[in-house]
Amino acid sequence: MLWVEQLITSFIASAAFGVIFQAPKSTLFKCGLVGSTGWIIYRIFVEWDLNEITGTFVASFVIAMIAQFFARKYKTPVIVFSVAGIIPLVPGGLAYDAMRHFVQNNYETALPISAKAFMVSGAIAIGLVLSEVINQSVKKIRKRR
Amino acid sequence: MKPQTSTTEVIELCLLIGRIMLQNGAETYRVEDTMTRIAASYGKEEAQSFVTPTGIVFSLSQVEPSKLVRVSDRTTNLSHVTIANNISRKITAGDLDIQAAHEQLTKLDQAGVKFSMPTQIAAASLASGCFAIMFQGHWSDFLPACISGGVGFIALLAFHRFFEIKFFAEFLASLIIGALAFTLLSFGLGSEADKVIIGSVMPLVPGLLITNAVRDLMAGHLVSGLSKGAEAFLTAFAIGGGVAIAFSIF
Repeated sequence: MLWVEQLITSFIASAAFGVIFQAPKSTLFKCGLVGSTGWIIYRIFVEWDLNEITGTFVASFVIAMIAQFFARKYKTPVIVFSVAGIIPLVPGGLAYDAMRHFVQNNYETALPISAKAFMVSGAIAIGLVLSEVINQSVKKIRKRR
Repeated sequence: MKPQTSTTEVIELCLLIGRIMLQNGAETYRVEDTMTRIAASYGKEEAQSFVTPTGIVFSLSQVEPSKLVRVSDRTTNLSHVTIANNISRKITAGDLDIQAAHEQLTKLDQAGVKFSMPTQIAAASLASGCFAIMFQGHWSDFLPACISGGVGFIALLAFHRFFEIKFFAEFLASLIIGALAFTLLSFGLGSEADKVIIGSVMPLVPGLLITNAVRDLMAGHLVSGLSKGAEAFLTAFAIGGGVAIAFSIF
């Protein structure tokens, strides 16, 4: 039940972000697909008590790989697919928590949370970078043949 | 043999497509790449372009004077980026002559948005509700998140029109979201203020900026990457500040 509701809500949320960013209508379904895949991977890591930061990294890597695949297949800029997928992973909740503690003068609790938010953003970036590296090396190897 | 195209026409076309792409939220490295590619496909091999989030500098063959285009307001319209990208593909494949390309791009520049404002607001409010559930909220948080997310997004659009200052709209919108979430909670709508607020703040989060900043940095565009990163950070800070003030009032 929990997984089904996570799957459906993440799909709708990512597709809705496609609408907000004015993505082409034909890509909305794929945006949702990318988004929910990434989110489920992230949730698996969180649910099984694996590291949240590793989960974000793996999810953003997978999202970027799928986005690049779709981009090549449908001749559309990568960004259309990757943005919708990345948004759920953005540490909005953590940043919010940190901010709230800061305002309530709980600096000791706020600092580790902001450090974590920073690490999560870094994990998103590394996931994107790694998929780009793989993509470029595949292209180069293909060209050489 | 290809008909010879004049230099001014090529410059005009490159600047037009560059401006359209940059205004609608394309990565800067993609804008540079598209412009030099188009110039090359019309036989101008030595084109140079320098794109930052706020302007384009473009020069052809270094003999011609460089041209500068200033881009002051940027929106997000990924379907415009996609269409401009398709046009550039056609140009580089040699399927489109310069007049036809110019015509298509001018039409694209004047074309309106695909999704109307009410549709966007509906999407934002639906996304807010879904995010509240995704962040482990209870289903009773769904409706209040939809309401405050939708109202927050309306506020963002309205304030963006009203104020020229960039981060103030985000600040006010998130302040409204926070206030509304607490008000709804006091009327018995929703169970956790945290989940409602996080969910409804999500449509304001600078997700596109973050991904673009990372991609630009990767492509070696340090100026654009850092400035977009700064913009993302300031936006996030404005959102956090707005919510924080709502928290300290209620």
